[in-house]
Formats: sequence, C-alpha cells, structure tokens
Amino acid sequence: MKIVVDFDKCQSNALCMSAAPEVFEVRDDGYLYILQENPGEEMRAKVEEAVRLCPTQAITIE
Amino acid sequence: MPDPSHHDRVTNTSGAVGSVGDGERKHVVIVGASLAGLRSAEALRAHGFVGRLTIVGDEGSAPYDRPPLSKQYLSGAWGEEKLWLRARGFDELNLDLQLNVRAESLDVASLALSTSTGDIAFDGLVIATGARPRRLPEPLDHGDHAVVRTKAHSDELRDKLRDGAKVVVIGAGFIGAEVAATARCRGCEVTILEAAPLPLERQLGPDMAGVCAGLHERNGVTLHTGVTIVATTAKSVTLADGRSFAADVVVVGVGVQPNIEWLQGSGLTLGNGIECDETCRAAPSIVAVGDVACWPNARYDERARVEHWTNAAEMAEHGAATLLADLNGTPEAALSYMPVPYFWSDQYATKIQFLGRVGGFDEVRVVAGAADSGKLLALYRRGDRVVGALGLSMPRHVMAYRRLLLENASWREALASVPVAKAPGA
Ligand SMILES: Cc1cc2nc3c(=O)[nH]c(=O)nc-3n(C[C@H](O)[C@H](O)[C@H](O)COP(=O)(O)OP(=O)(O)OC[C@H]3O[C@@H](n4cnc5c(N)ncnc54)[C@H](O)[C@@H]3O)c2cc1C
Ligand code: SF4
Repeated sequence: MKIVVDFDKCQSNALCMSAAPEVFEVRDDGYLYILQENPGEEMRAKVEEAVRLCPTQAITIE
Repeated sequence: MPDPSHHDRVTNTSGAVGSVGDGERKHVVIVGASLAGLRSAEALRAHGFVGRLTIVGDEGSAPYDRPPLSKQYLSGAWGEEKLWLRARGFDELNLDLQLNVRAESLDVASLALSTSTGDIAFDGLVIATGARPRRLPEPLDHGDHAVVRTKAHSDELRDKLRDGAKVVVIGAGFIGAEVAATARCRGCEVTILEAAPLPLERQLGPDMAGVCAGLHERNGVTLHTGVTIVATTAKSVTLADGRSFAADVVVVGVGVQPNIEWLQGSGLTLGNGIECDETCRAAPSIVAVGDVACWPNARYDERARVEHWTNAAEMAEHGAATLLADLNGTPEAALSYMPVPYFWSDQYATKIQFLGRVGGFDEVRVVAGAADSGKLLALYRRGDRVVGALGLSMPRHVMAYRRLLLENASWREALASVPVAKAPGA
C-alpha cells in the first residue's frame, strides 16, 4: 500500500495522525510528515480511518 | 460545472425513476447528495451491500464540500477543482446519482418516496438532507443579504468582497467569523454585529469563547456584541441604540435549520431535526444522518443535532451499518452511535480545533500555550472525566487527546499526557 498526500490540500490538522500515528506526523513546524510511505498491510485499517477522517480528502491509498 | 470525468455516472435526470428492487436485490435510496449522503453510499458498499443504490439530490452541481466555501474557496486561494467530493468519480460505487431531483414527501408506512420527477419505492432509506441558513426574522430579512451554504452563494459573495469594500456580518458564529476573516484578508473593512453578549459561548464556554472573540479585534475587525437589530436595508443595518452601519454587502450568519419540512406527515418524529434512536434509526429501515439528524449520544448523556463535517462523515458510516442490520432482519444488531464530536474553524491565521462536548463542564484549564501567544491547548473537565479539548493552532497536541476522549479517560490521565516543552503529545 502506497500513501499519497496532496500537500496543496493538506491543512495540517493532524486528524490522520490521531488515526495512524505510525504513518502520519504533524510536527510543531506546522507541516505533515509521512513517516512510512509504504506501510505494511497490518496498517491498512488505521490508514483507511485516516483517509476517512481527513477533512480535505488529501490522502489517497494507491 | 466540473470536468465530466468527475461524475461519469451522474445522470441529470428529467424522466421518472425506476421502481422497486429487482427480486432478491434490495433497493436503498439516499436523499441528499452531499457529504453525509455520499459517505452513506460509500459505507453501504464498504459493508458489502450489493443491491441497488440511488442517490437523489436537489442541487444541480456534482457533490462538493462546504467548509472551503467560507475559507479557501471564498478567498480565491482554491479553485473549484479542490471542492469536489469524490473527485475520482462514482463508477466503483455502482449507483444512480440523480441530481436536480427533489424529494417532496415520504410515506413511512408504505416505504414510498415522492420526488420532483416521480415516485420511488425502496427497501431502505437514508435521509441526509442537511440544513440551510436561517434567515433574519421578518421584517429584517432582505433578499439582498448574503448567506453562505452553497457553492453559488460563495461565488456570488466573493465578487462583492473587493479590496476596500465595507462588509457587515450579522452573527459571530463559526460561519460569520470565517466570512469576516476571509473578507478581512481580501482587504475589506469588516464589522460584525452579534446579538449574544459573547459569541460561541455555548460551543466553547465563556473563557475560551472570549479568547476566540478577541481574534477579531486583533485582526482589525470590529465586533459589537449584545446588539439588537431593529432595521435593515440591502446595504445598511440599524441597531436599537440608534447606531447605523452602511455596507457594500450585508452577510447573515445566524445559524442553520434542518431541512425537514418535506417530511411533515411522513410518520417520522420531527423536532430539532429528525429525531432518531441511539443507532441513528428514524424508523425501521430508515436512518437519518448528518446535519439533519438528532440522536442521543450516550457518551455525553445528551440528545443533540451536530452541525459539523466530521459528524456527517462518521454518522453516515454508522447509519449505514444500522440500515444493513435492519435490511438483514437483525435490527437488534445495530449499535449505539457514541462519537467524540470534532469540529474545526479557520479564522485569520488561527486554526481552532475542538474535540468532545462542553455541555455541563465544571472546569476549563489552559494546559499549554497562552491566549496572547495565539497558540493554546485547553482541557474541559466534567466531574473527574475529561470531556473536551480545545486547540488554537496546536493541531498535533489537541489531536493527541482524541484517543483519551474516545476512552472516556479520567481528568488525571488527561493532565498526565499534557505536552511538555517540545516533546510530542502523542
Ligand atoms: C460555509 C460553511 C463552512 C463550514 N465549515 C465547517 C468547518 O470548518 N468545520 C466543520 O466541522 N464543519 C463545517 N461546516 C459544516 C459542514 O459542511 C456540514 O456539517 C456538512 O456539510 C453536513 O453535511 P450533510 O450532508 O449532513 O448536509 P448538507 O451538506 O447540508 O447536504 C444536504 C444536501 O441535501 C440536499 N437536500 C435538502 N433537501 C432535499 C430534498 N428534499 N431533496 C433532495 N435533496 C435535498 C441539499 O441541497 C444538500 O445538497 C461548514 C458549512 C458551511 C456551509
Ligand atoms: S488529516 Fe488530511 S489535512 Fe489533516 S494533516 Fe492529515 S492529510 Fe493533512
């Protein structure tokens, strides 16, 4: 599973981080960092929750 | 209108719509083609529903997202390509999306829906008709006052928010405050008139509402609270104390009301929206979700209608599961919907984020940052439990509380996970 974030849409509100902190981190500099671009299948449920929670639909799974 | 590739399956229906589900296959109809309606469709498919799926929506445009309408889209920073819900299209959902079609009445007893283009029979129904802006009471209401709920509203208002334009915003709730902030960023001269002594007090409690109200003055917008409006024209507002404000445009943001009039006489219980049980069920095989639905949230012992984006998304998922339980003949399998509500609001450079509910809280404590620094994290206590977390421009820290709130954590636990200095709060 590959994570793609549209950084033009991302508002750094960290909802994704609350669902999957292993994959997404919004740092104090106000930017979102993707900690694992290709997380394992065991992360799928959490990443899908992040996709659904993201208020700007900035995250897609490829 | 979007590029056709955004809505391959969209049928701009003019003829009558097909009737009952064929044989074994059940037919689910969703009324309202916005966030809650689309998320319902996605969740039904994700939960394995293979029957017929029809969405009926009265707007003409492909489904779009509303929060940017008072923020990035209104300011001009975002074009319409960033508004579409499901930019990837509808093919994989295999549904009949009927735009420009209005649901006109419902008969719960016979499971029949009447629309502007004909009758539709269904086995299951999702009602997601949302809300519309409340207007000023007569005789203060004026057709030329702007409101912001639809894409067309936002387009129309943007044209009027020219550099130097005088803007009067009636109502300092979230939408009014965001419109004021966006207008200010576009170089307008902005005045907000608010009837309550303190805006957002119900949503944030007095102390934090005060902090948020302060954002306006700090950004060069005048906020008058506790005012009584006695007269308006298209371009002016007069108060009971005699003050009068001239404007190039008057914007009204005095809240929304649920779209339930079409359900009068349907057999559903209508009150503050559609009154549902704790599982989002409005009647057997009928669920209501999003801004239109009122339900008892057992987590907070309160029956409420929540008018926020995340609730529309989460409630749609939950409602879909309840509906499938009913359609499968196992209504007792439906679970209670007990979310930790979340909302955000972007005003000027400040990102306001709130998790939980403030209702009946005993204490609010600022645990990081400070009001005058523009960054702050505050926790709300009820009894010995943490019930809310507010962040001003501290996204990673406030979101770290989501799990604790979902676990109904104690106040002591919440205080123990306060971020210290630069350490992560997660
Ligand atoms: C300008 C603006 C900014 C916002 N900003 C934020 C924010 O920053 N944070 C946040 O948490 N929330 C925000 N919200 C709230 C959020 O957008 C709503 O909670 C969300 O749109 C609710 O989705 P819904 O699908 O329940 O209802 P709606 O989006 O209202 O959709 C209901 C749909 O049903 C249609 N409809 C109504 N009656 C009928 C009928 N009889 N037949 C057919 N169709 C019908 C309507 O036309 C509409 O398309 C904002 C809302 C607005 C307007
Ligand atoms: S939830 Fe979406 S908008 Fe928020 S930080 Fe994550 S990717 Fe960005």
